[in-house]
Amino acid sequence: MARIHLDRIAHSYVSKPRGESDYALRSIDHVWDDGGAYALLGPSGCGKTTLLNIISGLVQPSQGRVMFDERDVTNLPTQQRNIAQVFQFPVIYDTMTVFDNLAFPLRNRRIDEAQVIKRVEEVAATLELTADLKKRAQGLSADAKQKISLGRGLVRSDVAAILFDEPLTVIDPHLKWELRRKLKEIHERFALTLVYVTHDQNEALTIADRVAVMHEGQIVQFGTPQELFETPRHTFVGYFIGTPGMNFLPCTLDGGHAVVEGVQVPLAADAARPQNGAGGSLQIGIRPQFLKLSRAATASSVPVAISTVEDLGNFKIVTARLGANTIKIKLPEDEELPGEQGHLSFPPEWTRLYADGVLVE
Amino acid sequence: MNKWEDNRAWLLVVPVFVIVAFSAIIPLMTVVNYSVQDIFGPGNRVFVGTEWFGEVLHDSRLHDALIRQLIFSGLVLLIEIPLGIAIALAMPARGWGVPVSLVLLALPLLIPWNVIGTIWIIFTRPDIGLMGVTINTLGLDFDHTASPFDAWVTVMLMEVWHWTPLVVLLAYAGLRAIPDAFFQAARIDGASAWSIFRYIQLPKMRGVLIIALLLRFMDSFLIYAEPFVLTGGGPGNATTFLSIYLVKLAVGQFDLGPAAAFSLIYFLIILLLCFVFYQALQNVGTGDKR
Repeated sequence: MARIHLDRIAHSYVSKPRGESDYALRSIDHVWDDGGAYALLGPSGCGKTTLLNIISGLVQPSQGRVMFDERDVTNLPTQQRNIAQVFQFPVIYDTMTVFDNLAFPLRNRRIDEAQVIKRVEEVAATLELTADLKKRAQGLSADAKQKISLGRGLVRSDVAAILFDEPLTVIDPHLKWELRRKLKEIHERFALTLVYVTHDQNEALTIADRVAVMHEGQIVQFGTPQELFETPRHTFVGYFIGTPGMNFLPCTLDGGHAVVEGVQVPLAADAARPQNGAGGSLQIGIRPQFLKLSRAATASSVPVAISTVEDLGNFKIVTARLGANTIKIKLPEDEELPGEQGHLSFPPEWTRLYADGVLVE
Repeated sequence: MNKWEDNRAWLLVVPVFVIVAFSAIIPLMTVVNYSVQDIFGPGNRVFVGTEWFGEVLHDSRLHDALIRQLIFSGLVLLIEIPLGIAIALAMPARGWGVPVSLVLLALPLLIPWNVIGTIWIIFTRPDIGLMGVTINTLGLDFDHTASPFDAWVTVMLMEVWHWTPLVVLLAYAGLRAIPDAFFQAARIDGASAWSIFRYIQLPKMRGVLIIALLLRFMDSFLIYAEPFVLTGGGPGNATTFLSIYLVKLAVGQFDLGPAAAFSLIYFLIILLLCFVFYQALQNVGTGDKR
């Protein structure tokens, strides 16, 4: 058990990086608290796996330090870090039985055999592998193999944290849910620090208490699922989380109002205080769920042209045009539509202002 | 889909039958034909049934050659497979070292077989050969034309030098095909280098090693050109392997009947041993009992 502190970590796979673009990770300073369940969410190639491998020691960071509690482990090899990691594709030792697979990390550390048997049986029971213990690992299904990989991580009682690198990618959808539940259960039972890498927002939001969203080698926001949803700190977070993603409209400022295509949109009193009229390109952002579409114009509404309506069963997605901008609106299934022209209102409490992609507070 | 019968479909498999007939069946039947007849000259032949087979099976020189052959192939496998794996493990995984070592290893495989024999004759000559002179200078009496033991050492060295690279190339290909995640997981699990070899690399190389073993067994069992050039089967009969004896019989003495019977027995031995090897190896490391 440990608190993991990434102290100004940067990493480049190029031996002599020239510019920012040569870096897979750019200056990450982050703390994972002991016993928390965290997800690392981002699109492919954003540096998630690199970051994970730096924590486990499979990759040496170009710059910065990795601290477990107060101990600097940057130069320690993986074997000495007390980290367990589960990979995207199940890694099993083909020639061994399931029992020997699970016992492998313990036996390598010369743990007393009686203790090994006790731990393996305990972990096998948790993962529902008890019946398979005597079988060879080779012939098992992909999800059983992934459970073995997972079990090898859990079997050690001394791990500081257990890291998951998209472990459910190869698992059938109906088993994914099952294993996800299992992970959650294990986290609660063993009180491990858990870092879960994924590009699937549902997975991240269900497993983790707090999610770190990564974009181009940086953590752009670290927060609870609710914070990520309601107050994205970066336009990328707004766009990446939520289906469909957040709407962003270029705007200018006029007092306490944003002006979009010549129409005034009110902002929440505290949100719209761009001290000194914040520089850079400004955008307002709003989740499709929070927009209101009505037939009649109201004081603060904006006229829009409705182009398409997709009915997705329990809700519908309306695509509307405001000047050159496309806006997605998510409405309840039974809500009536105004026809080809509508009036859109932006509730000020859900309308956010972004300057150069970053939330203005 | 409805099924229907059309016997013209057989025409589609005719080319394969023709190729197999000319490449395997007809030559083999020719040998069978020789093996049951005594041939005195063109148009002058007598059917003798299984007489040649009986004679060949009781030929003590053939027994000796077979024992020599089995010892030789056994040694070849015992030396070349572990050595090949060891070299493959020591080879670099990336960088400029890869093409360099691959080319160096492939060189012996590219040399014509009788040239290899010639190279080793010169190399091991006690009067001018680099190896022969060196060993004699060290005070050891070495002459592969006089001592059966020295002849065996020389033939083995030549064989190992010639063919270990094939095992290396196959093993190396097997090693490179192992995903990185296995090694990463092994590091996480705290596995030692030996455990990594024993539980990851060796099991993952199983397929290519079976092929390497079969190829090396068959080739070494059929070896002819190199020892023929190097020792001519001597001194005495010390390095007369099966195919050298066969050629002596067929070409030297022109005993076509016994030679043909011998060829068929030779062929069946290889077939049988390969089958046994393959069956045995299929189950090695999978733990399945049949």
